[in-house]
Amino acid sequence: MSKVPSDLKYTRTHEWLRTLPDGTVEVGITDHAQHALGDLVFVEVPEKGRKVTPGEPFAVVESVKAASDVYAPVTGEVIEGNAALANAPETINTDPYGGGWLARLRPEGAPGALLSAAEYEKLTAEEGN
Amino acid sequence: MARRTPLFAIHQAAGARIVDFGGWDMPLQYGSLIAEHHAVRRAAGVFDVSHMCVVDLEGEAVRPFLLKLYANDVNKLAVPGKALYGCLLNERGGVIDDLIVYYLGEQRFRAVVNAGTRDKDLAWMRRHAEPFGVAVRERADLAMLAVQGPEARERVAGLLSSAGAQRALALGAFFGAEIDGWFISRTGYTGEDGFEVMLPASEAESLWHALTGAGVVPCGLGARDTLRLEAGMNLYGNDMDENTNPLESGLAWTVAMGPGRAFIGREALEALRARGLERKLAGLVLEERGVLRAHQRVIAPGAGEGEITSGTFSPTLERSIALARIPASASDQVQVDVRGKLLAARVVKPPFVRHGKSLVG
Repeated sequence: MSKVPSDLKYTRTHEWLRTLPDGTVEVGITDHAQHALGDLVFVEVPEKGRKVTPGEPFAVVESVKAASDVYAPVTGEVIEGNAALANAPETINTDPYGGGWLARLRPEGAPGALLSAAEYEKLTAEEGN
Repeated sequence: MARRTPLFAIHQAAGARIVDFGGWDMPLQYGSLIAEHHAVRRAAGVFDVSHMCVVDLEGEAVRPFLLKLYANDVNKLAVPGKALYGCLLNERGGVIDDLIVYYLGEQRFRAVVNAGTRDKDLAWMRRHAEPFGVAVRERADLAMLAVQGPEARERVAGLLSSAGAQRALALGAFFGAEIDGWFISRTGYTGEDGFEVMLPASEAESLWHALTGAGVVPCGLGARDTLRLEAGMNLYGNDMDENTNPLESGLAWTVAMGPGRAFIGREALEALRARGLERKLAGLVLEERGVLRAHQRVIAPGAGEGEITSGTFSPTLERSIALARIPASASDQVQVDVRGKLLAARVVKPPFVRHGKSLVG
């Protein structure tokens, strides 16, 4: 079973979102997503200062077999992309909710409809069938 | 409903991710594709390739039949057990399939064709076999395992009788023999040494368990694809098909154009050659970060454009490689349109990797 930490929010497109104490958010792809993609070999993270809106492709993760877009979960501005992933994309496989984070954003306005851990777990269970 | 090999239950129990390949439910990977890839380059891996179609061709006129149907020259096959890689071509010189033909005896040859082309291959062979009185017999009773890697031959030999082991280890490259009731050949699709074993379907499970019990790593089609691409081997349907010819698919070495040979497709290939070949299948090594993928556009400055036919991340080279059909006059520097960005790639002659070693610097 893939891990779904209860303190994070999730999207239907398999991103996770962590709200940090200063109000900014950290975004990555879920354990379920990294497992489905397989060994990651290339990651393109967004540049600092880029404005994004929910559902907009803002990062790319590529496994041996395929490239996948990662979608911004909220409206906001990119504060930082995780530069360490350039040389170690496999961190997303080994630590999707920690060192495998993709970007930090400063959200603007109210967050859109995000899923709780329980809702996301239900979604992946349904997809698994 | 997809077809399943005799080992399907084993793949499923092992937690393999199953994908459709050529109408078959096949394991893509069991765990880490990259770990499976390295197992083959460094030790030994086993692939279920029972989806491939084994066809026995029997009759007094099998050799003349294959002289007509096969673009490589079966007269190169004089010693029983010898194998020959080549193509079936249509009248336009397009590739119907690529296959291996084994010489088992003067009245019995064996072809191993791709799973996805099985139906049309059988129809094509049967259509042309009739005037030669050749029987085309599909061997659906056989399973096939590919055991590949520097330790692969020893691992297989360890499961044979002592006389059988001795005979198997004495097989030269691209030779096969009936040993202990199995057909064992020193062939493969990975760029490593190894065996392919054809055996009764009912014995496939016990061979699989014996091999994996001896430390051979189960490998799926994902690793099979990265390994073959590093080895510079074409994949039918990606790198060539009925609308491309072998001369522009890196397969000229498999087409025997010797005098007096009258195989199907020869005239078309001669006409093409007389007009001048416009394209070639070349290897690309990406010089920047990113991953080359099939169908990406290749720009060859001053020569025109081309297209990637197969692309991947190479686990051995830790960079991206590809096969691409590009203008024949392309220089050794091209650009590839990777998701809207033009990235620099170097044109090389495949293979990229052979026996675990990089050949592209």
